[in-house]
Amino acid sequence: MENYIVLAISCIFINNILLMQYLGNCPFLGVSKRMETAVGMAMAVVFVLVMAGAVTWIVNHYILKPHDLEYLRTLSFILVIAALVQLVEMFLKKNIPALYAGLGIYLPLITTNCAVLGVCLINMKEEYDFMQTLVSSFSYAVGFGLALVLFAAIRERIILARVPKPLQDTSIGLVTAGMLSLAFFAFKGMIH
Amino acid sequence: MPKGIIHEFTKGLWEEVPPFRLVLGLCPTLAVTKTVENAVGMGMAVIFVLTCSNIIVSLLRNLIPKQVRIACFIVVIATFVTIVELVMQAFTYPLYLKLGIFIPLIVVNCILLGRAEAFASKNSVILSLADGLGIGIGYTLSLSTLASFREILGYGTFYHIPVFGPSFKPFSFMVKAPGAFVCLGLMLCIMNMLKKK
Repeated sequence: MENYIVLAISCIFINNILLMQYLGNCPFLGVSKRMETAVGMAMAVVFVLVMAGAVTWIVNHYILKPHDLEYLRTLSFILVIAALVQLVEMFLKKNIPALYAGLGIYLPLITTNCAVLGVCLINMKEEYDFMQTLVSSFSYAVGFGLALVLFAAIRERIILARVPKPLQDTSIGLVTAGMLSLAFFAFKGMIH
Repeated sequence: MPKGIIHEFTKGLWEEVPPFRLVLGLCPTLAVTKTVENAVGMGMAVIFVLTCSNIIVSLLRNLIPKQVRIACFIVVIATFVTIVELVMQAFTYPLYLKLGIFIPLIVVNCILLGRAEAFASKNSVILSLADGLGIGIGYTLSLSTLASFREILGYGTFYHIPVFGPSFKPFSFMVKAPGAFVCLGLMLCIMNMLKKK
């Protein structure tokens, strides 16, 4: 149990997917201008990432490994993720329309979110077992959501500030992300 | 006709140079620009994948049904990424280890899908080839520029050759994650200033 807690903390804070591993930056800068969109994206990522983590683990251990096809990992994972996102979208639309209305427009964007494929590949690289894969996928997604929501809150304030012309928009966004990343850097001392 | 080819090639070098003018593909830009060597290696991989995928997508542009085109593009790109991954593993193993998961992640680099969708699926093979090469080389140049700043300030070296005397104290902030964000942000700012003039 303790191992899982350590793993979760390390994935959320110390190895934060956005600010420390540089994954998923396109949606990070794209949807963080308003709080509502950031929360929607964060929830969609948590939802898809946990499922993608579980499914890619099964694909890797029961299909690719026994047939010595591990070099097809990239190709099969991206297809699995694309199909999964489509499936989740259709399922939600039919059965849970309320959730679909909330996540709807962010779901298709997740296919090309490199955080999803990235986490699946990290899980394989670290050779996690199934339970660890679930914990790490969930924690990485929570870390993504945390950073995204924090960043959106800062960005809403920046709009009110007088920013020099060339620095506006993405440029000041990246500098702010750097400062946020510096804050997360302090977590490095937590686990030895 | 040759004029068109030259235009498609050169626009990738300045007018539409990624990731500064086309703000796409930021993750590898931040992650692999710690040293110039990594940046050039990543750039080469992207040039190869982008050129090949542009050619194939352009050849198949009349065969692929509209509804499933994105999935088809991703499969084409993923195939070439797998080729690059295996080739790098065989011939440049140390670089392969340094770039790590960012090689398979070329699949989800928005630049590749963006060029397939916006350019190669609508234009002839020769033009797509020029476009792929141009954007690829432009991307490599931007990565190398960013990496030069970070490596010189962060390690005091350029392509592993020391540029400062022994009294230089490395500014290690630059090669850590926060430095990557700040450095890219400031470079975008400089590009915006140049665009104005």
